Amino acid sequence: MIAPPPAGPVPWDKGFAQKLLADMLRIRRMEEKCAELYGAQKIRGFLHLYIGEEACAVGAMHALTADDNIVATYREHGHALVRGVSMNAIMAEMFGKSAGCSRGRGGSMHLFDAATRFYGGNAIVGGGLPLAVGFALADKLQGRRAVTACFFGEGAMAEGAFHESMNLAALWQLPVLFCCENNLYAMGTALARSEAQTDLCAKAASYAVPTLKADGMDIVAVHEAMKLAAAHVRDGLGPFFLELQTYRFRAHSMFDPELYRDKAEVEEWKARGPLHTFSARLKAEEKLTEEEFLAFDARANAEVQAAVDFAEAAPWEPVEDLLKDVHTP
Amino acid sequence: MKMTYREAVRQAMHEALAADPRVFLMGEDVGKYGGTYACSKGFLEEFGPERIRDTPLSELGFVGAGIGAALGGLRPIVEVMTVNFSLLALDQIVNTAAALRHMSGGQFSVPLVLRMATGAGRQLAAQHSHSLENWYAHIPGIRVLAPATIGDARGMLGPALADPDPVVIFEHAQLYNLEGELPADWRCDIASAAVRREGTDVSLITYGGSLPKALAAAEQLAAEGIAAEVIDLRVLRPLDTATLAASLRKTHKAVVVDEGWKSGSLAAEVMACIVEQCFFDLDAPVARVCSEEVPIPYAKHMEEAALPQVPKIVAAAKQVIGK
Ligand SMILES: Cc1ncc(C[n+]2csc(CCOP(=O)(O)OP(=O)(O)O)c2C)c(N)n1
Ligand SMILES: [Mg+2]
Repeated sequence: MIAPPPAGPVPWDKGFAQKLLADMLRIRRMEEKCAELYGAQKIRGFLHLYIGEEACAVGAMHALTADDNIVATYREHGHALVRGVSMNAIMAEMFGKSAGCSRGRGGSMHLFDAATRFYGGNAIVGGGLPLAVGFALADKLQGRRAVTACFFGEGAMAEGAFHESMNLAALWQLPVLFCCENNLYAMGTALARSEAQTDLCAKAASYAVPTLKADGMDIVAVHEAMKLAAAHVRDGLGPFFLELQTYRFRAHSMFDPELYRDKAEVEEWKARGPLHTFSARLKAEEKLTEEEFLAFDARANAEVQAAVDFAEAAPWEPVEDLLKDVHTP
Repeated sequence: MKMTYREAVRQAMHEALAADPRVFLMGEDVGKYGGTYACSKGFLEEFGPERIRDTPLSELGFVGAGIGAALGGLRPIVEVMTVNFSLLALDQIVNTAAALRHMSGGQFSVPLVLRMATGAGRQLAAQHSHSLENWYAHIPGIRVLAPATIGDARGMLGPALADPDPVVIFEHAQLYNLEGELPADWRCDIASAAVRREGTDVSLITYGGSLPKALAAAEQLAAEGIAAEVIDLRVLRPLDTATLAASLRKTHKAVVVDEGWKSGSLAAEVMACIVEQCFFDLDAPVARVCSEEVPIPYAKHMEEAALPQVPKIVAAAKQVIGK
């Protein structure tokens, strides 16, 4: 049932291809470290890892511009990083330090960064979708040619917020790019156990919104699909729905005993992993050498170590500031 | 018998499911996952998917469906993962479940039990740390319960299911791992408050996840020669003011401890009841320890500072007493 690993030519020059590979590596190494730090109780609360899904955020984010708005979920570390939030600020946030991108108030699920138009970090499933519609409305009414890219899981498509947002965006022809990261599970609930219509594009299409599905483990497919979708939205042709078919290799969060899926299934999907399949394709086309790969990996690890050191050394927010920023001063 | 609060909740649901074929459980991840807090582990295998229904992420839909199923003759236990997500279902709860009986001239009652986790303390930040029990306690037409002990976790569900009207049960997420002895007489009512510790100097009035903190504060106060009485409200709507008044007539002083935000809190309602009914019994202004008026922050030290804590309760009690 599970498709063969992504393969085939990479239609990009070496520099661009290597950049995207390096970004996937940065996310992977950062999150592996986060898992370790969770064990060491440096990071607390909920921690939802994106491991296995990196091609989605990297492929998608590189199709957007600095004027675009990003709305994401609690599984957003990768999106924030590739969008340009510094790893230092992300790591400090996970530590709960005031040098974090949300001053330590938000933690893993609530990364925010005004400078990169990264609007969170929403931990209410479906909570980001209406917000994205509003951003797009503001852009449209003020004549900006920006795209609002809204990331959410397939589980969110059962919420009323999804349906209301799709309809509004389509009715008002707003520049929203709905980007569904379908990793087949919403916590322990498999897609087929939560949706009567498991063809998510068919669901979305009922709102008269154009749709496209892409292999979310294949960064080439993701990026090309995202470029097409973003161009449609940016050209004022209304909203677009993109389904990225992906899989999370880790548990839903650090509390999840994973009783609902077979280890064999996870292993089969790992064979489709975005990192090693893309590296292999680049190597086959002589766009990457093992030495280059190791150098990217070393650079990612060094960035992670520097971020951890930064977060460790950063000060705690003084308790006296507890009530700061509840209201605008 | 020793058990956890989680196990007590599980046994209560198990008993209900086994005893009455009209009872069924539905909610997100109650089946295959075994319950977010593992309260329904093994139920899917034992009772089958018709009665242990995993729902999609559709809070408004499945809570509303629970109301309809209750009207249709079933006895649903609907689990909303946490109070935070119950906000998506609030319309069905307030505009339909709570109002239906009265607005239909008494023709329909809604025998629905809604369970949900509540509270902060696990560094889950603003969107996952609400204590909105008070919002529910504001609504006529529903009964609101806050089991804070192993016994109440075991005992409250039965009478809640027997109630012909909607009952909302709040389980503080910090309590699931609480371990203790299940009292032999765990069968209980869902109408009265309970005196959890007797004392004569000051009444500490609380509920839910703050009960262990109030008891710890009472212990510390005892070491300083202050005998605090600890009242567990248990039932947040309707409030058992008779138990409060009896305690106040004895202690003449009160501190209300409530994890909700101070403004418009349940603590405020309790204080108003005390002022209405016990004004001339009071020897000092009533104090309250509530959460600071801020969305709950992630960082541990900030979260701790935002929530009621034992030292704050001790300090408030001493201040009321004048020590
Ligand atoms: C409204 C709401 N209901 C329930 C939850 C608890 N919850 C958090 S994530 C999640 C699963 C979401 O699955 P999906 O949308 O597919 O995203 P994924 O986690 O797979 O990335 C659930 C049930 C929540 N955060 N918000
Ligand atoms: Mg999912």
